[in-house]
Amino acid sequence: MSLRGVAAAVGLAERAPQRYTGEETILDLLSGVAVDAMADAGIDRSEVDGLLVHPIGGLPGFVPATVAEFVGLRPRFAELVDLGGATGAGMIWRAAAAIGAGMCTTCLCLTGTRRRRRAASSGKSEGGRAPAARKSHSRPPARDRSPHAEFDAPYGMIGANIGYAMLATRYAFEYGLTDAQRAKVAVDQRRNANANPAAIFYKEPLTVDDVLASDVICEPLHMLEIVMPAAGAAAVIVTAADRVADAAQRPAWLLGAGESVTHSSVAQAPAFGETGIGIAARAAFSSAGVDPSNVGLASLYDCYTIMVLLTLEEAGFCKAGEAGAFAESHDLTFSGDFPLNTHGGQLSFGQAGIAGGMSHVTEAIRQIQGRGGDRQVADLELAYAHGNGGIIAEQVGLVFGTDR
Amino acid sequence: MSARPIPPTSALTQPYWDAAGRGQMTVQRCEQCEHRPFPPRATCPSCGGSSLSWSPVSGRAKVYSYTVAYRAPHPVFAAQLPLVVAIVELEEGPRMVTNIVGCDPAEVEVGMAVEFTPEPIDDTDMVLPVFSPTNESG
Repeated sequence: MSLRGVAAAVGLAERAPQRYTGEETILDLLSGVAVDAMADAGIDRSEVDGLLVHPIGGLPGFVPATVAEFVGLRPRFAELVDLGGATGAGMIWRAAAAIGAGMCTTCLCLTGTRRRRRAASSGKSEGGRAPAARKSHSRPPARDRSPHAEFDAPYGMIGANIGYAMLATRYAFEYGLTDAQRAKVAVDQRRNANANPAAIFYKEPLTVDDVLASDVICEPLHMLEIVMPAAGAAAVIVTAADRVADAAQRPAWLLGAGESVTHSSVAQAPAFGETGIGIAARAAFSSAGVDPSNVGLASLYDCYTIMVLLTLEEAGFCKAGEAGAFAESHDLTFSGDFPLNTHGGQLSFGQAGIAGGMSHVTEAIRQIQGRGGDRQVADLELAYAHGNGGIIAEQVGLVFGTDR
Repeated sequence: MSARPIPPTSALTQPYWDAAGRGQMTVQRCEQCEHRPFPPRATCPSCGGSSLSWSPVSGRAKVYSYTVAYRAPHPVFAAQLPLVVAIVELEEGPRMVTNIVGCDPAEVEVGMAVEFTPEPIDDTDMVLPVFSPTNESG
């Protein structure tokens, strides 16, 4: 069975990324954006019978049940998706699959992250970041007995910067890649963000020279090639084909999906050309019956500039080793010849934890629905959204279209 | 000696750390399919076999990739900047995360020959395997 045309995204809502949130709890943040998404779709909560959420710091278990009670849902399908930055995209096809299997008819895919300014005297922090205790003591939390804690963290392989920097080093060794080629991605995405009032960097222009003049955090990556953590939330309503006509918004049909999980430690990542990025993307395109060249919008996970370049070639938008030249020779803005991350990408829109990955999905849906506003891609019929988790460990590709 | 997040060892992984403490490297080898999984585990991820024995390795490796970090990825590394974090490929096959020490960070490159170097972890009796450029004449 293919997922093509089984379900469509018909509504969405977001809390624009901000550096920090206030006193609102994570459950209140999620409830608020859930209500807005249902209103956007014109679907009453009594009609929502599927719920997809992700692990939430401070909630040790029972996450779907806790969220369902808070939002006021009694789902017949309740799912916890744990794919890091690919979680949002992973929710969408799971929702369609559950609908296709007859388990439910309308799903709420819900993501969000709080982020509180840490008081200087307090060791407490909340949200999707590592607890402060982990940063101020050499011993990892007693409960973290993962292979990562034993074999990666003792070397400083902590967080994502180091891992993506090593991917960039290896890529440059195999194919050649200049700092300016990577910077071009950040700059074109910023131009998109400059047309998106919800973007965290809406009012700040960016040049290649700005990127290259920013501090090198870990070679070869500069500060302005690295996503900035933020707080925010995003929710998407996915409904069955026979219910689409009842929704308030035009449908963004899910035409194809693919997923791949290949490793956890960066040391065990497959070689370029064999990554899960390509596995997920090829599955998405083939199940949709679509070629990458047919797509009018690429909404690609961008925790770092190098991730966009890797995805461009592993997903088949250009040949192996040509991503740097591809980025340099194409206009990646919403009015350009290869519209990419038209919301600004997480680099310029903001990365609100798991909602950051969902932003690539919400932008693809919004653009397919023709609701892109000042940054609408003209004559758009097909969009590709890609989610990536861990150090290229978890991958999900989605193809959306205006027609079933 | 250097400050580190302290590895949470287990009974199964202890032989790896014990060997490092003796100035040696040992990794598992599957008696059924000869695969060498890393990190250590009870079941071979290649063939499903459960006969994994510890087998010494040469300690020789090549740099697969690396980065030079100018910001501490964890406060415990603050005094060790710039820190070279690398993936090395052991002569016997497995890849692992490590640090490259004993040279100017600017000298590190992909493909460089490196060898096992024991690095005691502050405030513990543990030794962490790190790597330094292979000391060969000519």
